[in-house]
Amino acid sequence: MAATGNPIRRATTGEMVGILIAAICSVMFLIIAGKTEHSGYAFHALVAMLSAFATIFLIGNRCFQPGPFPAPQEINGKPNYNMGPVKFATIAAMFWGIAGFTVGLIIALQLAFPVLNLDLPWTSFGRMRPLHTSAVIFAFGGNVLLATSFYVVQRTSRARLAGDLSPWFVVLGYNLFIVIAGTGYLLGITQGKEYAEPEWYADLWLTIVWVTYLLVFLATLGKRTEPHIYVANWFYLGFIVTIAVLHLGNNLAVPVSLLSPKSYIVWSGVQDAMFQWWYGHNAVGFFLTAGFLAIMYYFVPKRAGRPIYSYRLSIIHFWALIFLYIWAGPHHLHYTALPDWAQTLGMTFSIMLWMPSWGGMINGLMTLSGAWDKLRTDPVLRMMVVSLAFYGMSTFEGPLMSIKTVNALSHYTDWTIGHVHSGALGWVAYISFGAIYCLVPWLWNRKELYSLKLVNWHFWISTLGIVFYITAMWVSGILQGLMWRSYTALGFLEYSFIETVEAMHPFYVIRALGGALFLIGALIMVFNLWMTVRSGELAGSESDTSVSPQLSLAH
Amino acid sequence: MSNVDIPATPRRSLWSKHKFLETNSIILVIGVLLVISIGGLVEIAPLFYLQNTIEKVEGMRPYTPLELAGRAIYVREGCYLCHSQMIRPLRDEVERYGHYSLAAESMYDKPFQWGSKRTGPDLARVGGKYSDDWQARHLADPRSLVPQSIMPGYPFLAKTELSYDDIATELKANRNGGVPYSDEMIARAMDDLRAQATPDHPGQSAFEKRYPKAQARDFDGNPNRISEADALIAYLQMLGSLVDFKLYDDKANIR
Repeated sequence: MAATGNPIRRATTGEMVGILIAAICSVMFLIIAGKTEHSGYAFHALVAMLSAFATIFLIGNRCFQPGPFPAPQEINGKPNYNMGPVKFATIAAMFWGIAGFTVGLIIALQLAFPVLNLDLPWTSFGRMRPLHTSAVIFAFGGNVLLATSFYVVQRTSRARLAGDLSPWFVVLGYNLFIVIAGTGYLLGITQGKEYAEPEWYADLWLTIVWVTYLLVFLATLGKRTEPHIYVANWFYLGFIVTIAVLHLGNNLAVPVSLLSPKSYIVWSGVQDAMFQWWYGHNAVGFFLTAGFLAIMYYFVPKRAGRPIYSYRLSIIHFWALIFLYIWAGPHHLHYTALPDWAQTLGMTFSIMLWMPSWGGMINGLMTLSGAWDKLRTDPVLRMMVVSLAFYGMSTFEGPLMSIKTVNALSHYTDWTIGHVHSGALGWVAYISFGAIYCLVPWLWNRKELYSLKLVNWHFWISTLGIVFYITAMWVSGILQGLMWRSYTALGFLEYSFIETVEAMHPFYVIRALGGALFLIGALIMVFNLWMTVRSGELAGSESDTSVSPQLSLAH
Repeated sequence: MSNVDIPATPRRSLWSKHKFLETNSIILVIGVLLVISIGGLVEIAPLFYLQNTIEKVEGMRPYTPLELAGRAIYVREGCYLCHSQMIRPLRDEVERYGHYSLAAESMYDKPFQWGSKRTGPDLARVGGKYSDDWQARHLADPRSLVPQSIMPGYPFLAKTELSYDDIATELKANRNGGVPYSDEMIARAMDDLRAQATPDHPGQSAFEKRYPKAQARDFDGNPNRISEADALIAYLQMLGSLVDFKLYDDKANIR
């Protein structure tokens, strides 16, 4: 808000360039919105134009802000951390989390009660399902990763986030990407590749945002006053760099024209399938695993008050995990038209992947040695420890399912869905919840959470939800797989396809119930966080907790 | 792993070498890039030069303009999220759906639509399995034909006129990605689309010459206009129909 009475500062070169680029873009988007025949694309052009206007306003408004400029790197000898973007991403994570879980519940109900599809284009399962997956993976998970990475890299480097506009550009630009992607699916704009549905222009935008993210992260590391790069940051770097490579490889497409939202991917058929699952599996491996392992390597030792169990194990963990993961993609294509040699390679490496996965889990769990009693009193730590248990479970189940003979049964069934959710709900969401429960009091300078009791309720309700979810999917998946291959004594297929669909109904209802419980847990969390920020007791002078637990003890 | 807490790492131990990576972020990034490139290169690159990756078969051709438009609707509505197009060489699948899928059968698919989940049945060979009339009714209201179905209804498809003004550009974008559309196919794309969807259209014989085995008729039950249902059904009815498996020699392509 332009406060009159404050001296107006001259815009910096960076700010002027930013305003100029935003102005040029807004004109360009206006032209595109006017000329395209595709209403959804015109809508996106208008959203982009409004975002460009907002950028001009937000940058311009900075010149009226009181306070020293540029923000000092240090105050009283302590780093002046830039927590604005971290706070924004934390709030965005909770917002998108609730949205994503809600859409998940809706599509779960649609599978149980198909009338809920409403026979409308934008409410049908086929458009809502990418909305759910993108909202939970990229919107919720992505914002958690942005928030925690920007927090952790500052703390463990003892340096203020590099750049002034750019961290904000990363956080806001990423969320603009989410809005464009999500509304696009509902409007029927998709390139039809699982977990890479956004069309070419959204992909281009994400590329710009992501490169900026990498540069901000690297530049902050470059400013560090600690000699070593803390292990969490290796994982964040691995995640950022690899996601960039995967994103570029899987999304190379020829747009139909500048005025059309549609594009055709340059790869075709079997090669496209291989690219897709090289991307798809490593979206799991690097986005949902490496990034969240980084969270583990910072928040678990922090909350437990213990150093990381083993420094050497973390070295092995890191390099083995990123080397092996990248090979595992073909296990999504067992018995397909992908050549056998590639399938066999994928299976072999998927099984080997079990080892670094459990190595990482052990490194996290054993960090609690000497602090196990805290599990009784600290539900936040308990949530993170249970997330590691789920991580261990799903990284055992994954290699199991990658064995071709097992996969012959499990592929195409709900077993896969259950497996994904034991990882997504149990591991990714729980470690994120744990991290956010830690972060909010730190960021808003509160002494503690509003209520640990509510954390406890959240934990138990959502754990029950996860158990309902994954057991229902185990049963339905294995049941359907067995029904498909069941023969009568005379050698005929025993069940028609539709009979196997009918048999799924009770499990789809139980699954929806599990999803509802998980959502209720998350709503309790939002209330708890809201009350923490609103009415929590202020923390005293912040103790300097920036020295990373491992560095101080393990070297 | 039992001795990991030795406080002072001996100077000449291999572990101490890791310090180099831990203190140089750019070297760390390069290291990550090298380590992650290996798996991807080994698994992906050979698929582009090994001759036997895509079988040699008779009958594959690019999609007709109408089929391509129908495929775009298939992609738009997210059909691939519940229907696979990839029959595995397993006894029950081959009996249920037909000959297992070949890589060649999706060689012009951008993107591939093999799918990863069978909430509904596989569609790789659904072409010709049901009548146009069945498909049209089933799309509009699946439960009117299959009471236990959990598929969403798509009544809006038959009510929405197909927009195909830039169909020639769509073909061109496919060609830029390697699909062998000829100049003639691109120039005649608009006519070919109309010819395929309109009964007794004068352009039909020329169209069928360009696209062998293409089926030309009214698909959605309303011959007066070309709807999205026309395009989608035209696509569904051609799925799996191009390769004649009576003539296909399995042994010739053992990989």
